[in-house]
Amino acid sequence: MRVHLDAGICQGHNRCYALAPAVFDVDEYGQAVQRIDDELPSELEARARLAAANCPEYAITLTD
Amino acid sequence: MTDVSERPERVPPIIKDTPEGADVWERVPWDAEMYGPVQDWATDIDHGRPEYNENAHQIWHDLRESGCPVAHSERYGGMWAPITHETVHEIAYDTENFTSRSVVVSHLRPGDLQLPAPIGGAPPITSDPPFHQVARRLLLPPFAPKQIEPWEDEVRTLCRGLLDAMGDVTPGETIIDGAVQYAQHIPVNVIGRMLGFPQEDEERFRGFVHDTLERINEDPNERSDSFQHLEMYIDDQIEDHIANPRDDLTSYLLDVEIEGNKLERDHVRGTIILLLIAGIDTTWSAIGSSLWHLAQHPDDRHRLADDPEVMDFALEEFLRAYAPVTMARLVAKDNDFHGCPMKKDDWVLLPFPAANRDPKQFEDAEGFIIDRQVNRHSAFGLGIHRCLGSNLARLELRIAIEEFVARFRDFELAGDVKWSIGQIRGPRVLPLRIL
Repeated sequence: MRVHLDAGICQGHNRCYALAPAVFDVDEYGQAVQRIDDELPSELEARARLAAANCPEYAITLTD
Repeated sequence: MTDVSERPERVPPIIKDTPEGADVWERVPWDAEMYGPVQDWATDIDHGRPEYNENAHQIWHDLRESGCPVAHSERYGGMWAPITHETVHEIAYDTENFTSRSVVVSHLRPGDLQLPAPIGGAPPITSDPPFHQVARRLLLPPFAPKQIEPWEDEVRTLCRGLLDAMGDVTPGETIIDGAVQYAQHIPVNVIGRMLGFPQEDEERFRGFVHDTLERINEDPNERSDSFQHLEMYIDDQIEDHIANPRDDLTSYLLDVEIEGNKLERDHVRGTIILLLIAGIDTTWSAIGSSLWHLAQHPDDRHRLADDPEVMDFALEEFLRAYAPVTMARLVAKDNDFHGCPMKKDDWVLLPFPAANRDPKQFEDAEGFIIDRQVNRHSAFGLGIHRCLGSNLARLELRIAIEEFVARFRDFELAGDVKWSIGQIRGPRVLPLRIL
C-alpha cells in the first residue's frame, strides 16, 4: 500500500498526524507532511487507512 | 485596569448610521414582534430564539425528513440555512458566491465599503481570498500542533484546580454546575494567557462573548455599547503591549510583518477580537455538551474511564455529534442555490453541526458511537476557514473530559439545562448530581 497526500487540499485538520504519526508529520504551519513515499510497511497500513477515513477534506488517497 | 466604560471620549466609530449609500453597516429594521416564537422552521428559521438550540437536533431532523435541505427566514433582513451535509459543504468551499465579510448573523450587515473585502473586521475569519491566506498564514504557526502540545500540563492543572474548588462531594447529594463551575473557565483562562491579558478580566471576556454572540435577537440599539467597550478594552491591551512587549500572541501580532510592513492597528485589533471571542464559548460549549451526554450515558462514561485509549475516537465523536459552531456567510452575488433564489447580502447560516448529523454522510448519524472509526466530521469547518484553534480546542476538550471522568465516575442530570442562544450551541447551565 502507498499513501498519497494532496497538500493542495489539506487544510491542517491534523487528523492524520494524530491517528498515524508514523506515516504523517506536520510542518510549522500545521499542514500535513507525508513521511513515507514508498510502499508502506504492512504494520502501518491499518493506521494509514484510519487517517484516510478521518480526513475531512478527503486529502489522503491509498493505492495498493 | 481602568473601567473602559468611564471613557466615552474614546468611542471608536464601529457602528455608523447609514446616511446614504450602502458603504457602512446597514441596520436591518428591528422590532420585538418580528423576532417572536418560530411557527415553521422551514420558512421562518431563527437561531436567535432560545427554542432553536434547545431543540436543534430535532429541528434539523424534521427539516431533513420533510425534504427541506435549505431553510429560509425573512428575519435579519433575509437569511438562508442549509442543513444537509451536501449543501453546507458546497457553501463552505464556494468563496466566490459567498463572502465571509461578516460571520455572525445580526441586525447589522456590513456594506461593501465599510469592511472592504478582502480583509474584514476580524481577519482572517472575515477575510476572503486572496488576503485571507496572507492573514491566516501569520496565525498558523502559533496554533500548530507542536506549539499547542506543550500546553497540556497547564490545562490539566487548571482542570484539576477547578474540580478541587468544588469542595467536598457527597455522592448522591452534591450537585455541581458542569458549565458554570467547570467548562466556562477552561478556554477563557488559556486564551487569556496566550494573549497576555490580565487573568482577573476573565468574567469580562465572557461578557464580551455573550454580547457578541448571544444577544443577536435583542434590540440592536442596546447592543452597540458592548462592541465599543470590547474595542476599547483591546486597544488598552494593545497600548500596554506596545509599552511592555512580552512573549505572547498580542506582542507577536504587533511585531509580525506582511511583506516588510507591520500590521495595521485595525488588523491587530480585529485579529485579537477573533482570538478572544472565537476561543472562548466554542470550546466551553463542546466541553459542556460532552458532559451533558456523559451524564445520560453511563456506558460511555465508564468506557472512557476504563479504556483511556478510546479517547482518540471519542473526542471526535463528541465533536461530530455536539459540534458547537455554526458559521455564517453573506451572499456575494445573486445566485440560484439548489433552487433557492439567493440575493446579494442575504445571510447564510452554515450549520456544520447539522451537516455532522446527516445520515447521508454518516452511518447512524443521530446516534453516538464512542469508537466511530470513520469520522470525517466538520466541527471545525471545511476549506480555507478551518478553525485556526482546532488543535487547542481538541487539547482542552480532551483534558477537560479526561479529568472530569477520572474525578467523577458517575453523575447524572439534576435539573433544568439552559442552552446558549445563537450560532454557538452548548449548555450555559448544567446541573449535575455526583453519584
